[in-house]
Amino acid sequence: MTQTLSVNGIRIELIDRGQGNPLLFLHPGIGIDPDGPVIERLASRMRVLAPTHPGFGASEAPRSFDHIDDLAYFYLDFLDQLDLADVVLVGVSFGGWIAAEMAIKSTARISHLVLGNAVGIKVGSREDRDIADIFAINEADFLQLAYCNPDAGKRDYKAMPDAVVRHAARNREATARYAWSPYMHDPKLRGRLHRIRIPTLFLWGMHDRVLREDYGKAYCEAIPGACFERIERAGHFPHVEQASEFAEKIFAFVAAR
Amino acid sequence: MKVYHFTEQPYPDAWKDHGGSLRVNLPNRKCDPAIAADLLHRYYDEWLLADELGYDIMLNEHHQTATCMSSTVIVGLSVLARQTKRARLLVLGYPIGHRGDPLRVAEELSNIDVISRGRLDMGFIKGVPYEFAASNQNPVGVMDRFWEAHDFILKAMTTHDGPFNWESEHFHYRQVNIWPRPWQQPHPPIWSTTGTKSNARVLGERGYVIATLGTGYNTRPLFDAYREGYMSKGHPAPAADRFAYLGLVAVASNERDALSRGELLASYPRTSSIVYPPFRNPPGYLSVEDNARMLRGETPPRSFTKSGRAIDMRTASVPELIEAGILFCGTPDQVYAQLVEFCDYCGGMGNLLMMGHAGPMSHADTVDNLTLFAKEVLPRLTQYKQPAAATATAA
Repeated sequence: MTQTLSVNGIRIELIDRGQGNPLLFLHPGIGIDPDGPVIERLASRMRVLAPTHPGFGASEAPRSFDHIDDLAYFYLDFLDQLDLADVVLVGVSFGGWIAAEMAIKSTARISHLVLGNAVGIKVGSREDRDIADIFAINEADFLQLAYCNPDAGKRDYKAMPDAVVRHAARNREATARYAWSPYMHDPKLRGRLHRIRIPTLFLWGMHDRVLREDYGKAYCEAIPGACFERIERAGHFPHVEQASEFAEKIFAFVAAR
Repeated sequence: MKVYHFTEQPYPDAWKDHGGSLRVNLPNRKCDPAIAADLLHRYYDEWLLADELGYDIMLNEHHQTATCMSSTVIVGLSVLARQTKRARLLVLGYPIGHRGDPLRVAEELSNIDVISRGRLDMGFIKGVPYEFAASNQNPVGVMDRFWEAHDFILKAMTTHDGPFNWESEHFHYRQVNIWPRPWQQPHPPIWSTTGTKSNARVLGERGYVIATLGTGYNTRPLFDAYREGYMSKGHPAPAADRFAYLGLVAVASNERDALSRGELLASYPRTSSIVYPPFRNPPGYLSVEDNARMLRGETPPRSFTKSGRAIDMRTASVPELIEAGILFCGTPDQVYAQLVEFCDYCGGMGNLLMMGHAGPMSHADTVDNLTLFAKEVLPRLTQYKQPAAATATAA
């Protein structure tokens, strides 16, 4: 079920499902589908906490929230408020960026970090576009870049309830609020990733054309001891296209480390 | 009424082969600098003629586009501040929502005001949606940034006792003390544009000049929202000089020539929205509600004819553009009658921003258009008695 929770006076939506060790799932810019299979799979073995980021969906955002650090500190406070320990922190794409920014600040309440096709760092030269400019392409082209099977991301806005369409509009705006410039990354992050000393797993949808795989590899190499695993038949959102495999790989990693 | 001559300073040679986008991503190899130089000198010559003919002058800027080569309006203002003799120089607009450095804006505009000995009108705008791709400024929160830049520029222009400090959400300065300070006191007049009633009301509350473009016979609700805002501050009804409207104007000694001139001017509304679609609506530029409507494929019409029929100004015929009050076109008598009817409809409109040139209109045609209007229409408009302000709010 989706509930609401206030952290620092900011009211957000939260999915809280399943039992066991806590797993905090940070969604990508496209938001989170509470009825999507990944929540169900993860909740089969763990307590899944999947908040909607401030500014996205139906979650509030104060006007001052305009930087990825605002979200990273928000979720560190979230973990404090819920008094969670040994949390498996999972983030995909934009959510992976938040997770990495949290982990360089404090892993006191986090046991494992899992980054799915995460953005957040600068890898190439100043004239290389590491991350596809999603604000400079139309939706059909985005689907081609982001999915192994573009139909998996198609939406029929005319058939959707008003609130869901409104949330889609808010998701696009909120992504730009935090990630317009520097585009989808924090120039300081790569040089701080060495601070992450907890077991870290990169899950990489192989058919992602928003990011190249060598971007993920460079990200992985910057975190001491981090592992890199591919997910086939998935693009930028492996938790959507291969939800079961995504969940199983996380369970196996947590059990082994 | 005051009449400002305006052209977007287009590069129409590139319009034939644009591959679906005249803005942002049209490769600049399609721009021949020699042709650009000839065109720009010609446009400046036409503004100098306008100065002699009794017009005031309006300039603007756009970025990465073949529709408008004025990529920095300060250059045009600089040339004309020195070369013109009497015309007011209106910049509409200066896109301060895209500017990273409002201190530079305050310095530039103060310089222009001093060189022109107080002839500058400052139109501040947030900037058009597709140019956030060019400026890389965040479209989310642009109005907050706009108003902070506005506040800072006015503070810089009106502080005369040495440096002041500014450390706020968007801009940071510690020793602000501009030289020269503006000629006009306390600062040059402020104008802005809008297409929404909520913004029109805000402009009214501040008493700035409101300008609209392409709103035709849908302008009155915006002007009335302005009036409400203006009077909410305890003022009597605003005079006609608070209202401006950008109209295409084609005049000729006979109707047939005027209509063919109108076709040339219609190239402006027909080309101005040719831009690769993803750049048209950057995130956060429109409200969430408007974006939700767009996701559903709903786009409300913006332009209406006198009889209330919606038209699309990108595809409308010349007669439709005339009927919608977007194009004023005909013999001098006809154009005068059309303009007066429009002013009456608006409840008073004291500044005609006259697009007297657009697209491929030749120099000879432009000179003839400007000269005939100045001789036959402008004197009558100067004499024209605007509807009384008190009755303007009764509608």
